[in-house]
Amino acid sequence: MDRPAGAMTPGQWMGRAVAILILVVFVLFFVVPLIWLVLAPTKTDRQLLLEVPFAFGSWETLAANWNSLMTFQKGLIWTWLGNSAFYCVAALCITLIISIPAGYAMALTEFRGRKALLAATLIVMLVPSTALVLPIFLELSAVRLIGNPLAAILPFSFFPFGVYLTYIYFSTAVSRDLLDAARMDGANEFQVFWKIAMPLATPVIALVGFFNFTGNWNNYFLPYVTLPGRKAPIQVGLAELLSNVPAFNPTNAASTTISLSALALATLLAIAPVLIVFLFAQRYLVSGMTAGGTKE
Amino acid sequence: MGAAFVSLYTLFLLAFGVLPALYAIYLAFTKKGAFVGFDNFLKVFKDYRFWPAVEHVGIFLIVWLVMLVLFVVLLALLVHSIGIRWLSNSTRFIYYIPGALAGASSVMLWLFVLDPTVSPVAFLLKAFGFESLVSVVQVDRLPFVLAVIAFWTGAGGWIVVMYGALNNIPKEVLEAAKVDGAGPIRTAWSIQIPLMRKWIAYMVIMSFAGGTQLFVEPRVLSQASRGVVGQDYSLNQLAFLYAFKQSDFNGSAAISLMLLVVALALSVYFVFKGGLFERA
Repeated sequence: MDRPAGAMTPGQWMGRAVAILILVVFVLFFVVPLIWLVLAPTKTDRQLLLEVPFAFGSWETLAANWNSLMTFQKGLIWTWLGNSAFYCVAALCITLIISIPAGYAMALTEFRGRKALLAATLIVMLVPSTALVLPIFLELSAVRLIGNPLAAILPFSFFPFGVYLTYIYFSTAVSRDLLDAARMDGANEFQVFWKIAMPLATPVIALVGFFNFTGNWNNYFLPYVTLPGRKAPIQVGLAELLSNVPAFNPTNAASTTISLSALALATLLAIAPVLIVFLFAQRYLVSGMTAGGTKE
Repeated sequence: MGAAFVSLYTLFLLAFGVLPALYAIYLAFTKKGAFVGFDNFLKVFKDYRFWPAVEHVGIFLIVWLVMLVLFVVLLALLVHSIGIRWLSNSTRFIYYIPGALAGASSVMLWLFVLDPTVSPVAFLLKAFGFESLVSVVQVDRLPFVLAVIAFWTGAGGWIVVMYGALNNIPKEVLEAAKVDGAGPIRTAWSIQIPLMRKWIAYMVIMSFAGGTQLFVEPRVLSQASRGVVGQDYSLNQLAFLYAFKQSDFNGSAAISLMLLVVALALSVYFVFKGGLFERA
């Protein structure tokens, strides 16, 4: 399509116009809901219902919605956000501690059962994590961990995709010769890993950390069953908030209610951490998606 | 020595991968600790809610996978054909942004979008004759609604993957096609799409496995739609009800096990047949 525009036949011109139209329609499809979400908390419910969708309300209304959300059950939203942060950061640390050495060892060392472990990792990685939620719940309830923060942190820390990414990274980016040279110089296996491999691993640590954190932050099903009540993370809390919105539950007799705009604000707060990480990490992301998707 | 590096991971793999599956198998074939064969499964099959849930999930999967394959391939091809680099990159990124929202927050946002009273696209909903959220999420339309939500959050990631696949096609091949007089449609159909086939298969298999697990979307919609969307709409919801409302862990494990077997079969098939295992 690099001919000058003047040389296009009417058919090609039509084709290009249709292509642009499709691309634009989908750009709108993907961003319109987000733009609406960013604007909604600046309006009152009445404005949401009556005024044009893409107008900015006012800062005062935003402040009022903020206050009403914060007073809901004495700032319960902060408890939920705090829970999410705690579970996800703790899980992130454990994930890195267990995944990076494991991926390294599978890529660059020999041990019995290496192939079996790699096969198991690939298989479990491709099984959707939701498939194991109820079995994990049944297991955790057998060992009486339900309601304990560990009931989210430990399953969140099992991240075979991270091990796979690390494995791919080390087997393509770090040569065995480099490690052997260090061994010749008298470094033991632990020193080889810590002094040679780890300093080279920064990109993959970022990648694994990103996918682990965002995935866990957005996880709903697992904490919904293993951490009820005030221990819930924000995703579960959001759904809880929904049951206090009269517009969606007219029969609800709860004394404290949440307005539509406050619910939109809560949704925005819930996605903010991940959205910010997304916007800043986009370059990493694309390479990660390709690595995860192409498996080549 | 390598074994020491993987010991912790192996422990987690056993505790949160293998053991829950084994425990689910144990529960699914027992009742109060006694072996009962397929009794739990037969009970689930006889449950009046089971087959409708299978049907719901099945129809959703068909709608969603067709939508995913058609539009992801089309959009990847179109984005790839944009000659201006920054424009192509930013379009791809815009398609990818909603991937930041998953779980309850994306459904929450779509509750607003699908409610004609507040929706930013109310004019569209009203043009189709919808006056309220409840009328939008009627059961016969629900597979489409769920597919649109899933597409909105998930398609961008796949477009990036397909774009990567398109980039791997050597330039000479495309140049040769052009010299032979192939237009963009013919090139896409005869060269690009066949070369993307492996990734399309990967997307379909992964999305099929993920789609059978449907839970959060119907659950939140059920809460917001005054029961129009049932609490037993999907199979995972039913498994959840067994465990939490009926305290029947054995029945719950039976349903979970069936879903797990489907996911595992697809995964094993792909790992060993899809060429994923070759480099190992």
